[in-house]
Amino acid sequence: MGTPSQTVGPFLAIVLPWPDGPDVVPPGTPGAVTIAGRLVDGAGAPVPDGLIETWQADPAGRFAHPDDPRGPAERGFRGFGRCATAADGSYWIRTLKPGPLPAEDDALEAPHIDVSVFARGLLNRLVTRIYFPDEPAANDADPVLSALPPDERARLIAAVDPDGALRFDIHLQGAAETPFFRL
Amino acid sequence: MTFVLPPPYRIEPNGTHPAYDVADYRSTALRAPTRPLHLLPQRLTELTGPVFGTDRVRPGDADLTNYDGGEAAGQRIIVHGHVRDGDGRPVPDALVEVWQANAGGRYRHPVDQWAAQLDPHFAGGGRVVTDAAGHYSFTTVKPGAYPWQNHLNAWRPAHIHFSLFGRAFTQRLVTQMYFPDDPLFFQDPIFNAVPDAAARARMISRYDHEVTTDHWALGFRFDIILRGREQTPFEEGG
Repeated sequence: MGTPSQTVGPFLAIVLPWPDGPDVVPPGTPGAVTIAGRLVDGAGAPVPDGLIETWQADPAGRFAHPDDPRGPAERGFRGFGRCATAADGSYWIRTLKPGPLPAEDDALEAPHIDVSVFARGLLNRLVTRIYFPDEPAANDADPVLSALPPDERARLIAAVDPDGALRFDIHLQGAAETPFFRL
Repeated sequence: MTFVLPPPYRIEPNGTHPAYDVADYRSTALRAPTRPLHLLPQRLTELTGPVFGTDRVRPGDADLTNYDGGEAAGQRIIVHGHVRDGDGRPVPDALVEVWQANAGGRYRHPVDQWAAQLDPHFAGGGRVVTDAAGHYSFTTVKPGAYPWQNHLNAWRPAHIHFSLFGRAFTQRLVTQMYFPDDPLFFQDPIFNAVPDAAARARMISRYDHEVTTDHWALGFRFDIILRGREQTPFEEGG
């Protein structure tokens, strides 16, 4: 019987954005990738008052957390990213690609990042996942992706920009609506 | 050896949380997802989460009333409470971020155009970390009600925004704390978006005379309950 969720409202930027929020890893970290995208509403308009949060394993597939039954990650990997959306709805994070994760019944989860979306008009957060385009075999075997209809699967896999950055746009509604999850 | 995941977090009863699409709250119209959500089984990413200590909190972050070297206007209050999970276990070392309007109902934010004056000495937001017993406390002023565009003569009841991490991604919660006996609840679509009356009541703080401090501040208690966990086999056996 928990405390109910409420919207962050339009003024979350008073305290939630951190100067180093997008830095899951510090600037200059070898192997770091940038993931960027836009948060868009059902009319195709940018959402300028949203907040994107990310949570993920390190490249070895470990978490900086005491409940990881294999033992915690190497110290120093934050795993968490947070970026308020800009006037054009854009957000970005700088991170390292996570490793695959063991699951029940010898299943293996493909490398992925969990995402929370907060905004005015969202009474609960929305949860989605970012998968990686260079992992076709692991993505095919992933228990979460493979449970989705094929057209929705593709929308959870990041695109590659010409400069090598990964792109993951989040559509709250519409023909390209991002698949969202309940936990 | 077969890999065994830690026990998952329980799903809250229907009515605890708002729906996404709430017609009376107009901002949901273009932002609420239209397709059914898929169930995400809780595995390692969902059963872990960012752990923050006091490294995210600066001196003074627990007092919103003395920004820029002066005293904020309004009724000074002390807000405190326990963060626990649905089984009553304390949630220690949890980062709690808060933000709110000033005593006149104005936010320190460029988008807020309400005519009430900005208060140069009210910070607008703060951060605290729960102690070993899951307790938190901060000092602020009682926020004012303010008008918004949602419907004719729409006013938000006085509220403080809370953001909590808990122990796992699954426990992440953003909510709003309200004040007892607010006459504006009846017309507020955000408060009333929570279907269950008992759940709505859990968002309302209580006046706490034990914490009220003579000639200084009124006390309010706001306990927060994050999702509880399914029992482990050991606990079922014990």
